[in-house]
Amino acid sequence: MADSQPRLDRREAVARLLRDRGELLVVSGLGSATYDCAAAGDEPCNFYLWGAMGGTAALALGLAQAQPHRPVAAITGDGDMLMGLGSLATIAAAAPANLSVIVLDNEVYGETGAQPTATARGVSLVEVARGCGIEALEDIRDMNALATLATRLQRCEGPLFANIKIEAGEHPRVLPARDGAYLRSRFREAVLGAGP
Amino acid sequence: MNDAVLRPDSAVPDWADALYDVLVQQKVRQVAYVPDAGHSRLIAQCEDNPDMCATVLTTEEDGVALLAGAWLGGDRGVLLMQSSGVGNCVNMFTLIENCRLPLVAVITMRGEWGEFNPWQAQMGQATPDVLARMGVQVHRVDEPTDAAPTLDAAIRQSFDGMLASAVLLSQRLIGRKAFTAEG
Repeated sequence: MADSQPRLDRREAVARLLRDRGELLVVSGLGSATYDCAAAGDEPCNFYLWGAMGGTAALALGLAQAQPHRPVAAITGDGDMLMGLGSLATIAAAAPANLSVIVLDNEVYGETGAQPTATARGVSLVEVARGCGIEALEDIRDMNALATLATRLQRCEGPLFANIKIEAGEHPRVLPARDGAYLRSRFREAVLGAGP
Repeated sequence: MNDAVLRPDSAVPDWADALYDVLVQQKVRQVAYVPDAGHSRLIAQCEDNPDMCATVLTTEEDGVALLAGAWLGGDRGVLLMQSSGVGNCVNMFTLIENCRLPLVAVITMRGEWGEFNPWQAQMGQATPDVLARMGVQVHRVDEPTDAAPTLDAAIRQSFDGMLASAVLLSQRLIGRKAFTAEG
């Protein structure tokens, strides 16, 4: 199904996005997006999801509304985004300036045997986001466009949506902690400081 | 007008105002909701409060995720929905238990006490059991005077104890819905 247009390597793409992350808070969707964010450098301001499929963008919205002065990014896969498409409408209506939703779109369910997702059959997540009223960059297929996205998500002029077309190949898994209580305490302490 | 129109058959009661006061006193900042007629006054009050951030959802499970994010960022939140939405939340409740997050849901009950619409019955009847099976503490309110104290207790228990609580506002309390042809 994959077209012949260029695609990015997911690990290189996420590493570039997070290279100069500054104050960025990251919520990663279950599966490869979580592994990609961990591979780019484990740190307390990453909140990794290991489940809760469909909820990544909604969780990032609540975080962005609680921390309006910090840039927040949801980084997730096309499968997770497709399960939670309604959250794009919710985000558009709430219109948080500091939230970016970034999809790593390989057009397959990578964790379960590479079955094609709807994006393999022509569904454009960029057009869905635009239809909701969210500013969306054109599908990202090269490192120059990715550099533009890295700059944009720091600017807090959103909400912003970006769909990165990535190669479908698997990488070795980089597994961060999966104890949710540990991840949430670590994240809260990094964002809010120590305390009750 | 041939279409049946749904409307509550009781006036807005005091307990709704008391619930809003609890949210303010307990410093609840984010309110996520899928509307129900029984919540309409509370939703309007939250939307009108510039210190609150009210978010209308497309599905209730997104509210569970949204409030997890809110608390990670330092905000207290509550989820307002009706009993039919509990079924939509089931898998997302695993986020709350796995991460030991607080969650408070205020749920208006359908499918009981003279419900006209049989399509509400199954989820309404299953709601307490489904919540309990997913690790959510269930507090049912039948008397108007119990509404505010119960919400206050649920908020304290959830945010002090890092657990999920649901306050079920019974259909007898909120008022049976009437389907009428007149509107």
